[in-house]
Amino acid sequence: MDKVQLLLALSIALFAIGLLGVIVRRNLLVMLMCMELMLNGVNLSLVTFAHQMGEAVGAVLVFLIFVVATAEIAVAIPIVLLLVKRKGSLDLAAYADLKG
Amino acid sequence: MIESLLSGLDTLLLLIFAAGALIGALLMIVLRQPMRVATALISTMVFLGGIYGLLGVHFIAAFQVLIYVGAVMVFMVYVIMLLDPRDPAIQQRFSKLLVPGVIGFVVLIFVLVGSTWKAATPVAPVGAGGFGLQQFAAAFLREYWLHFELTSVLLVAAIVAAVAVVKLQRRDRG
Repeated sequence: MDKVQLLLALSIALFAIGLLGVIVRRNLLVMLMCMELMLNGVNLSLVTFAHQMGEAVGAVLVFLIFVVATAEIAVAIPIVLLLVKRKGSLDLAAYADLKG
Repeated sequence: MIESLLSGLDTLLLLIFAAGALIGALLMIVLRQPMRVATALISTMVFLGGIYGLLGVHFIAAFQVLIYVGAVMVFMVYVIMLLDPRDPAIQQRFSKLLVPGVIGFVVLIFVLVGSTWKAATPVAPVGAGGFGLQQFAAAFLREYWLHFELTSVLLVAAIVAAVAVVKLQRRDRG
C-alpha cells in the first residue's frame, strides 16, 4: 500500500466516522466535536494531495479551513450554551420543538 | 544503509500515527463522557499533526497543534466543564438513529473509496514531493491575498455574532 493511499484511506475513515458520530450520538457537544473530526479528515486529504502534487495551493486551502473552523466554534459554542440554558439539557431529543 | 533505515523508520512512524488517529476517532464514537471524547479528539489531532510533520509540511503541523488543540479544543473543554455532568444525554450514548446511521456509514465508505481510489493510484510524485514555507508564503500573499483578507472579515463577523448571541441571552434573562 502506497503512502498516499494509506493517508487517503485514513482521511476517508475520519470523515465517515465523524459523520457517523454526528448522526448517532445524542450529546450536542459530542456532535460538535465529531464535526471537527470531519474537518480534520478533509484537511488530511488536502495535505496529502498537496504533498503528492508538490504545490502549495492545498496548504493555502487548509489554512483557510483552520480559520473557518475557529469561527464556526466561536459561534456554535454560545448557541449551545443558550440552548442548554433554555432547555436545561444537552440531549438532542429535548430540541425536537425547534423549527426551521 | 542509514538512508534505508531512516525511510523505514518514517514508514513505521506514519503507520503508528495513522493507527493512533484512527483509534482516537473510533473511541470518540464509543466513549460516554464528553471530556473523554474531547481527549480522544485531541489525541487524534496531535497524531494528525505528527503525520503532517512526517509529510514535510511542518508549518501546517504547527498550526494544527496551535489552532485546533490550543484554541478550538481548549474552548470545547471549558464548555464541558461549565455544564452539568448528570445530564441525561451523558447517560444515554446513542440516539434512535443508530441503525440508519451505521447503514449510512457503510454506504458512505463504499462510495468514497470507490470514487477516490483511482485518483490516488496512478500519479507518481509530480513536483518531486513536498514544498517549503517559502513557496507557501509566496502563493499565499501573491495569489490568495484576497482570501487572506476575507478571512479577517469572517473572524470579525464571528466575534460580532458571538457577542450578539450573548446579548440575546442577557435580554432573555432580564
